[in-house]
Amino acid sequence: MTSSQNVSETPPARADSTFKVTMVPGDGVGPELMTAVKEVFKAADVPVEFEEFHLSEVQNMASEEKLEEVLSSMKNNRVAIKGNILTCVMLLFDHKQYLQSYEAESSIKLDLFANVVHVNSLPGYSTRHNNLDLVIIREQTEGEYSSLEHESVSGVVACLKIITREKSRRIAKFAFDYATKKGRSKVTAVHKANIMKLGDGLFLQSCAEVAELYPKIKYESIIIDNCCMQLVQNPYQFDVLVMPNLYGNIIDNLAAGLVAEPVYRLRINCFEGARHPFAQAVGRNIANPTAMLLTASNMLRHLNLEYHSNMVSEAVKKVIKQGKVRTSDLGGYATSDEFTRAVISNLAI
Amino acid sequence: MAGNAWRSTVSHVMGAIKTRSPLPRTFSRGIQTVTLIPGDGIGPEISTAVMKIFEAAKAPIQWEERNVTAIKGPGGRWMIPPEAKESMNKNKIGLKGPLKTPIAAGHPSMNLLLRKTFDLYANVRPCVSIEGYKTPYTDVDLVTIRENTEGEYSGIEHLIVDGVVQSIKLITEEASRRIAKYAFEYARNNQRTSVTAVHKANIMRMSDGLFLRKCREVAENYKDVKFTEMYLDTVCLNMVQDPSHFDILVMPNLYGDILSDLCAGLIGGLGVTPSGNIGANGVAIFESVHGTAPDIAGKDLANPTALLLSAVMMLRHMGLHGHAKKIETACFDTIRDEKVLTKDLGGNAKCSEFTADICRRVQDMD
Repeated sequence: MTSSQNVSETPPARADSTFKVTMVPGDGVGPELMTAVKEVFKAADVPVEFEEFHLSEVQNMASEEKLEEVLSSMKNNRVAIKGNILTCVMLLFDHKQYLQSYEAESSIKLDLFANVVHVNSLPGYSTRHNNLDLVIIREQTEGEYSSLEHESVSGVVACLKIITREKSRRIAKFAFDYATKKGRSKVTAVHKANIMKLGDGLFLQSCAEVAELYPKIKYESIIIDNCCMQLVQNPYQFDVLVMPNLYGNIIDNLAAGLVAEPVYRLRINCFEGARHPFAQAVGRNIANPTAMLLTASNMLRHLNLEYHSNMVSEAVKKVIKQGKVRTSDLGGYATSDEFTRAVISNLAI
Repeated sequence: MAGNAWRSTVSHVMGAIKTRSPLPRTFSRGIQTVTLIPGDGIGPEISTAVMKIFEAAKAPIQWEERNVTAIKGPGGRWMIPPEAKESMNKNKIGLKGPLKTPIAAGHPSMNLLLRKTFDLYANVRPCVSIEGYKTPYTDVDLVTIRENTEGEYSGIEHLIVDGVVQSIKLITEEASRRIAKYAFEYARNNQRTSVTAVHKANIMRMSDGLFLRKCREVAENYKDVKFTEMYLDTVCLNMVQDPSHFDILVMPNLYGDILSDLCAGLIGGLGVTPSGNIGANGVAIFESVHGTAPDIAGKDLANPTALLLSAVMMLRHMGLHGHAKKIETACFDTIRDEKVLTKDLGGNAKCSEFTADICRRVQDMD
């Protein structure tokens, strides 16, 4: 995987060849899903040791120091797997000293600039749009989520959206490199440059400049609202999509909805499962561990543990294809535990 | 039981009257004059189609055609022609076809000019699945209400240093309150059950936080309408999985732009989606949001559905529910029958044939 600036390709191998990975279960069903991952890894005898941290804005287990601890662990281990850290909306009214959520802050501090979501229809589970195979690449460190807001006059709030040539070029280059590496044919830049002429105009220009260096890959651009419309009418026309922060957030979720699955995503070296804490499911043992397990499998591939990675992902796909054990979000009645056990029994050891 | 029915009828009528009171209507039972802006490209053809259908339905509407190509006023500022402005201010209701924005003509987009001139602060798009025009989503029935004057589209951008650009998103108390109030009024007047505020307050804590706060405040005064809040990404996720969950969505400018187009995609695209813009002084302009389609202009191939449904929306806004229902039913029946369909709907009939079929159905209904 091409990486951000100061990260080596593979994490350093340990003496006993166990990899250390930072784990942040997050809120909601995060902890339950992480348990599923740990159980499957144990059954598959995966040489990975998890360093767990419980970071949560809601449960008041959060503080600057805790965040620093987690970040330094991530920097040491180079690889992390995390659930979603719920942002406490109550903070709106107190204007806490930091206006950024932990998610945004950790992205920026670790310079996790690219968020890649691979949207893939799962064989055996049909939705309105089948055989989908899209990749969505979202710039994650600037744009609308820079958290630079101020109230200039009472009753008027201004929020700044920053676009820089450097970061736009970086994400564009990442997108084209990814496309080249994975054998993709087309990269489409998503923007709103007809309205935000300078901001998105700069993004678009940077993408076009980088596109010239990759003559083998087709380059197109599309306006965000048209893109959303096209995604629900004919998603097959897209291959790789690259875009700034906010649009990425929207399109990620839209595309995930198309395959009816909170898809796994990777943020350079930090593998992240479902973005939604799914509060109604907490403690009820009904959450679907698929996304988290596929995320974990992806992480193993990154650690060059191809064998184990394939083992886990094949087992998950087999269970889904067989269709006998399905959690409620896919229309079945199985519990998370049952699903996990089914995956374990399908591991081709 | 009867008491409840009576009370709800009264509040419905009161609601309807309340929204219409600031307008010095020139009709009570007579003919209402409406400003018609045919637009460019296929604009004139579809406008003619709509006028024909309205005539067949015997709707009490009189059309006043105006052109809105920008002219340079005194002081060098671009503005719409004074006759158009005067007509709109007098009639208060307008129907607009697609306008083309010429590149490098020097003047800003016409739509932007109209918006600024009449302070069109709310963009309303009802999205209802059309029986007979199959899409993978069959049970859509929602309305997107988008704040249209501020937010990300304020157009305030600066080049800080070479390679760094800053765009400013502005959220004000006044605009947020106004759009929230409109959303709840709309809910009441159209018997809708819930209003959902769409935001990203977990990231943009102050700006979307302000928007959300105002929505909550306004919701206090409308206890009969259910109020919920949802993150933008959650809405997108749920919208493509099961759109039947949503009723009215209210949101700031950018999210509104994206979501309204997304919802249009769910029901079949911009060619069949109506849209209305509500302004501050009782002005309302209903429009079709598709492009001018210069490649088929003048060839009698255009599909007038979008403009027609916008005109139906206009009739409802004016309180002419009977005629609105008649025309809408005729239009949906024609599409459901699938015998006379324009090219974009999958058939190969001409625009005039499609129009004639609808006219026939409307007349048969009487």
